[in-house]
Amino acid sequence: MDLRVDYYPTHEHDGYKFRRGRVLPFGATIVPNGVNFSICSSDATACWLVLYDKGEREPFTEILFPEAFRLGDVYSMIVFDLDYEKLEYGFRMDGPCQPEVGHRFDKSKILCDPYARVIGGRDVWLAKPDWNEKYQHRARLAFDDFDWEEDKALEIPLEDLVIYEMHVRGFTADPSSRAAFPGTYSAIREKIPYLQELGVNCVELLPIFEFDEWENNRLHPETGELLINYWGYSTLGFFAPKAGYAATGKFGMQVDELKTLVKELHAAGIEVILDVVYNHTAEGDQRGPTISFRGIDNRKYYILTPEGYYYNFSGTGNTFNCNHPVVRNLVLDSLRYWASEYHIDGFRFDLASILGRDQNGAPLSNPPLLEALAHDPVLAKCKLVAEAWDAGGLYQVGSFPAYGRWAEWNGKFRDSVRKFNKSEAGLVPEISGRVQGSPDLYYYRGPTASINFITCHDGFTLRDLVSYDYKHNYANGENNNDGGNDNDSWNCGYEGETSDPGINRLRLQLSKNALTLLMVSRGVPMILMGDEFGRTQNGNNNAYCHDSKLSWMDWDLAEKNAELLRFSKHIIKFRQDHPVFRSRNYFQHRDYVGAGLPDISFHGTSAWYCDYSPGGRCLGFMLSGQHAKEGSASDDDIYVGLNMYWDGLVFQLPQPRRGAQWRVAVNTGMLPPDDIYDSCEAIPLENQNELVIGGRSIVVLIAR
Amino acid sequence: MALDISSTTLGNSAHITLNGQLDSSTAPAVRELVDKLLANGPSNLVLHLENLDFMASAGLRVIIFAKQKSPDLKVYVVKPQETIVETLRKTGFYQSVYVVDESPL
Repeated sequence: MDLRVDYYPTHEHDGYKFRRGRVLPFGATIVPNGVNFSICSSDATACWLVLYDKGEREPFTEILFPEAFRLGDVYSMIVFDLDYEKLEYGFRMDGPCQPEVGHRFDKSKILCDPYARVIGGRDVWLAKPDWNEKYQHRARLAFDDFDWEEDKALEIPLEDLVIYEMHVRGFTADPSSRAAFPGTYSAIREKIPYLQELGVNCVELLPIFEFDEWENNRLHPETGELLINYWGYSTLGFFAPKAGYAATGKFGMQVDELKTLVKELHAAGIEVILDVVYNHTAEGDQRGPTISFRGIDNRKYYILTPEGYYYNFSGTGNTFNCNHPVVRNLVLDSLRYWASEYHIDGFRFDLASILGRDQNGAPLSNPPLLEALAHDPVLAKCKLVAEAWDAGGLYQVGSFPAYGRWAEWNGKFRDSVRKFNKSEAGLVPEISGRVQGSPDLYYYRGPTASINFITCHDGFTLRDLVSYDYKHNYANGENNNDGGNDNDSWNCGYEGETSDPGINRLRLQLSKNALTLLMVSRGVPMILMGDEFGRTQNGNNNAYCHDSKLSWMDWDLAEKNAELLRFSKHIIKFRQDHPVFRSRNYFQHRDYVGAGLPDISFHGTSAWYCDYSPGGRCLGFMLSGQHAKEGSASDDDIYVGLNMYWDGLVFQLPQPRRGAQWRVAVNTGMLPPDDIYDSCEAIPLENQNELVIGGRSIVVLIAR
Repeated sequence: MALDISSTTLGNSAHITLNGQLDSSTAPAVRELVDKLLANGPSNLVLHLENLDFMASAGLRVIIFAKQKSPDLKVYVVKPQETIVETLRKTGFYQSVYVVDESPL
């Protein structure tokens, strides 16, 4: 095979041998005897391949792509006898610099490959870069020789998922994690037993595509604290994992470390969803750095104004031109790469509404990119989750173009549950829809279109939601002007931490209410890292710039807030034990299996009578266990009584199936261990006809 | 960076001793040697790493290469230094090899 003529060079420059390359795949690919490089640009007039030894400031050679090596807009060549391990490469492109028509070529810049699978330059988290280095983010080769054994994506049905949203570094960076390599992929592996014990079966990782944590770094004007890009919603390369999250990043082995994490999570029955950012890049607007796309095909990769400036639908300076056919293919190639090479189970798309805008920025009714992703054969079993809005004013919760595939972060679930849980009146009609999986929003898509959440990285933590009326973002250095103001939060009587036992008890109770509502609702629950034991950010609702205790998980809370952690574990298990909560389909509000009860029924303080009046704060609903999974599974009957009035009220109970008796499984108004039972422990209620539910409390009953 | 390489074959076990640093400049020689030794079809590959101070990605890939070329091959790593054990762990190769304190064969 080594004898094939196309494995041998035809050209030589500077002592380096090369030949015409293959146009596909794009990027750098190891081929017999050499490396194939391929990149496209429609407006460049010349292109050079620039080759470096790892970390060197000057390239060891630059090779101009001969005109004969260009096919259409694609430049490709195979270079022979390169040291794969030590190689870094980039491109230099010549072409017009006419910003008014969108061209920003600058042949003095070294450009990172849009298809780079490893990017060097930020190998160790917060290691100070050499700012004089001309080529900051340096493309490298990746090896696809990882030993996956029998691993593959788990394909857990969406309705059975409990998602845990987490930041790779923040999860274990704090010394309290006692991880051997804090803040890394490797450290998450050490915490897999914890995740299993908690009961989640999916982790959703905040962005892990390579980004520059030093981007926009500044010192806090008053405290002098270093503020950085900690969250990482600013992609440098759509194929490269964040090296600084790998304990082995300094050896360039982040690919292996991340794959090992995915493999071990899968072995533990836990899926991996990536939070992916295709709506913009790290290049910012016209004032930003030229890293890659701007110097390759500025007007293809970005949505530009007629004057050649950048539209800013992402709130970060530029907008990726996702529905340009070339860009669309890049996004698709990237997702296919993560699904196939890293065995990723699903993707959550940051500001996904941008992916549905056309090349002038107008929303499309039938966006080709979203359609392509929905029907892609490689991604066919991947979860696709949209953050169905953008910073340009498009809000598509309930109307995101779904093609039968896309789920959404249900922002309306978050908002209404927050208001209801702080005893706002008039929420009963809306809550009765939210617990059904929001059929008002997703009637034709089913409840699995609804990713239910109350908190996420963006906004208050659960503990802060019940401890602060207002955001406290002074530490972000923007005079408290950043972050959302519509938090629907309530401090329970005192702003911030307090030693008042009554207030702390109420906060705990409201936290339990929130978790309970999340777990008894149809749809797909998502909880935020640390909410299971009351992680606080001291009222900061936009902690994107803090790499400190403010944003890290404090593992000592597991002990300090053991009561909440116990409750969290049990309520997650309760959901997983009861298939009646988990279905792909909506309730039909009738008895279609001969149970003597409809699949769902609504109640109030009176059985079979639900008070939808504007002053209402109470709701009960009963699920018929014989209708679980449309009658194909058997389960207990379940009654959920929600009393968000501030005093206890008598709730008349509907009768469960013949011969069955109500038992208390959950009562958030009680102290442990009576706040939640293992279902096997539950004792029948003495009075089967009515029950006092305490103020701001949720009671869950089971009957079998 | 220097690497001393020596090898011997005892029965159906190929032994390689590496002293120094195994990085991208020294890995190709090791890989070539592994390739040569595997041609005889040994059942075991024993890597004596007591005096190996550093192993880069390229070094790990030699092990992967050996495993993938001969799936039934047992790879023993004898007395590796702690940093090398850590690297093996973090990248998931630890479970593909036998880390031992003395040569089993």
